Amino acid sequence: MATPDYETHEHDVLIIGAGGAGLRAAVEAAAQGVSVGLICKSLLGKAHTVMAEGGIAAALGNVWPEDNWQVHFRDTMRGGKMLNNWRMAQLHAQEAPERVLELERWGALFDRTKDGRILQRDFGGHRYARLAHVGDRTGLEMIRTLQYHAIHQGIDVYMECKVERLLKDDQGRVIGAFGYWRDTGKFVLFKAKAIVLATGGIGKAWKFTSNSWEYTGDGHSLALWAGADLIDMEFVQFHPTGMVWPPSVRGILVTEGVRGDGGTLKNNTGERFMFNYIPEFFKGETADNIEEADRWYADKKNNRRTPDLLPRDEVARAINSEVKAGRGSPHGGVFLDIATRRPADYIRRRLPSMYHQFKELADVDITKEAMEVGPTCHYVMGGVRVDADTTAGTVRGLFAAGEVAGGLHGSNRLGGNSLSDLLVFGRRAGLYAALYAKDFGGALNVSAAHVESIAREVLEPLTRSGGENPYAIQAELQDTMQNLVGIIRHERELKEALKRIAVLKDRAKKVRVEGGRTYNPGWHTALDLASLLTVAECCTMAALERKESRGGHTRDDHPYTDDTWGKYNVVLRLKDGQVIHTREPLPEMPPELRELVRERK
Amino acid sequence: MPTHTMQVFRGDARGGDFKEYRVDSDEGMVVLDVIHKIQATQANDLACRWNCKAGKCGSCSAEINGKPRLMCMTRMNTFTEGEPISVAPIRTFPLIKDLVTDVSYNYEKARQVPPLRLKPPEPDGTYRMMQEDIDRIQEFHKCIECFLCQDVCHVIRDHDLKKAFAGPRFFIKVAGLDMHPLDTVDRTEFVQRHAGIGLCNITKCCSEVCPEHIHITDNGIIPMKERMADNFDPIVWLLRKFRGPRKSPA
Repeated sequence: MATPDYETHEHDVLIIGAGGAGLRAAVEAAAQGVSVGLICKSLLGKAHTVMAEGGIAAALGNVWPEDNWQVHFRDTMRGGKMLNNWRMAQLHAQEAPERVLELERWGALFDRTKDGRILQRDFGGHRYARLAHVGDRTGLEMIRTLQYHAIHQGIDVYMECKVERLLKDDQGRVIGAFGYWRDTGKFVLFKAKAIVLATGGIGKAWKFTSNSWEYTGDGHSLALWAGADLIDMEFVQFHPTGMVWPPSVRGILVTEGVRGDGGTLKNNTGERFMFNYIPEFFKGETADNIEEADRWYADKKNNRRTPDLLPRDEVARAINSEVKAGRGSPHGGVFLDIATRRPADYIRRRLPSMYHQFKELADVDITKEAMEVGPTCHYVMGGVRVDADTTAGTVRGLFAAGEVAGGLHGSNRLGGNSLSDLLVFGRRAGLYAALYAKDFGGALNVSAAHVESIAREVLEPLTRSGGENPYAIQAELQDTMQNLVGIIRHERELKEALKRIAVLKDRAKKVRVEGGRTYNPGWHTALDLASLLTVAECCTMAALERKESRGGHTRDDHPYTDDTWGKYNVVLRLKDGQVIHTREPLPEMPPELRELVRERK
Repeated sequence: MPTHTMQVFRGDARGGDFKEYRVDSDEGMVVLDVIHKIQATQANDLACRWNCKAGKCGSCSAEINGKPRLMCMTRMNTFTEGEPISVAPIRTFPLIKDLVTDVSYNYEKARQVPPLRLKPPEPDGTYRMMQEDIDRIQEFHKCIECFLCQDVCHVIRDHDLKKAFAGPRFFIKVAGLDMHPLDTVDRTEFVQRHAGIGLCNITKCCSEVCPEHIHITDNGIIPMKERMADNFDPIVWLLRKFRGPRKSPA
């Protein structure tokens, strides 16, 4: 079939998304000697990875020689309440140290131990101080290192480019992508033997979020629309500590490093309330009194971890309960205090951007006063169902790595495990996509009719006469998800949410934007609605299906964790244009790994 | 709820002008919030770049009342009520539309910087670096690539010497590589011939606008100029002939 007359680029491997996972995939694919294209929705180096603060989890054993991949594997599985894909968790724990050292060889400068090794910090759910970090701007260091390494590897970088759809050939293989340049508004067609999705998350579907405008679930939706499976979409992480005041900054992230470095959560009576929220599952490894908790920072062998550093799902729920019980801070959060616990110069050195952020945006000096914090939508555990070793999706030619892929984190991700995820599985995605591309047989036949139909659809918001404002629909969706599909869920509310999403989907088909195609954010917002609504529907549908509480999914009407549900993933796929869900068994963990994750005192 | 008069530049490569919008602001709002409010309610197609809204990504650079700043870190309550606030694109770079400019110059310069090349690892296959040896470089690594320093630099802005000059962002990039304890590359030739360090006359405008408060001039450019002078010292040159090239001291 004739190729449509659009600007066209052809690559062996095309990577969509240029954060940590996309960049790492691009570097690896280029190292395999194939031609690589890398698409960024923003400018290069501005992807969400840049906002990661606390660190990269890797059992380097620099601070605690007792640490090793087995302990990291155990922590990750237990943090995810055992719903993780065990093989991904194993590969992740085994390979993370080498990926961090490799980053160092590419120029990253992590904070150092006294003997010149990479320093590691404490974080929630990690048994030992494990996070390689640079103050509280680790993500910036990581993306800058990858970016400056990547630009010398012969990779073609396409900036400010948005992919609207994946293209398949008549054998059902993904062989291209179609989208537009955000600056000119012109169309662009990519042909590729393999495509890696590295598009990040879906947090923009909620009102209070730490995520930027980019996080509209593009990759999740592209995969679903191309026929791939999604798993675990009910599991959304609400980071326990987002800013709550003033209103304009609500949701901006406050790093878990504050607690890792000694900060504690308090309610309005000054009580360290986390001691009241230690779940049975973590009793064996969590301190039940203040003295032991405070001793733990310096002596991990003889003390159990402070409950301030329970996994994020536990802490977020606890804060939620305190606020509901009337023990919250003046603006509906709780207090996070490091001022009374650590010296001012230590705080400024360890947490410079937190200091800066609160000073500039909230008039709060965190070396003198407590911060006000509350949960903010931060991360989606669910995503494209992938093969653990190769990151291949369930559609041929499609690979996925980073937040857009599901499985590694189970029902809840530990802090620090995201940056390591990006490196470990970004590399694997680049490698296996390149190998797949080398074996690819036949031509890249793009259907001109399909491309034309996408092009028509994309232009509709600019051309139809009259219609709604896309920003209004986006705001209504964010309210819906915030109020009905938040931290605590209920069947009644989830059903209501599905109804509202259906209405919004209809309305989104009728939006109208003013202006032309040149750098038009109204148009971009209108187009992003399709994916945003899709992931909102997926999340709500999966949440309705899972009738238990686990990790980043809490049901008020099913408050307990149910062992039967612990054996299944909720899988979503498209059938006749509708999203359907099924329940499929988790892969069976080998006995020697099962032994590792057993509770111990 | 105070009402602000915003004068926002609207236009594209063909030209444009400031357009007035009246916006109410809530407590704690920053200029970027107000721009977003205009976008959502009055002008859907108002173009601006942004990502993190927390001073970490360096996307929302603009000239606010003529001063190069990040929109996300400029609080509305720092302006006198009733006074019009102007928001313009960073004008050193070619305009694409409204507040968005073509900053590709910076990405081209980035590719020209000779990358890190490490010395061999220690016998155990690892590297060690001491904190005190990397403190200064970590300061340079704080750069969020907002390009405000590039925007305000006279050499680029007024003299348009983009071809011959890399600009402050890339001087600290080079400084960070040169000072890296494990690096082995000599970038003298690049810094003098291609990056045009000689064109910088140390007016420190770059340091003044840096939202990360990096001491670009004092800690980056001046020591680099000194190293360059040092490298041209005939005695040093002669010594090097005998001893072989060495790394510039940090």
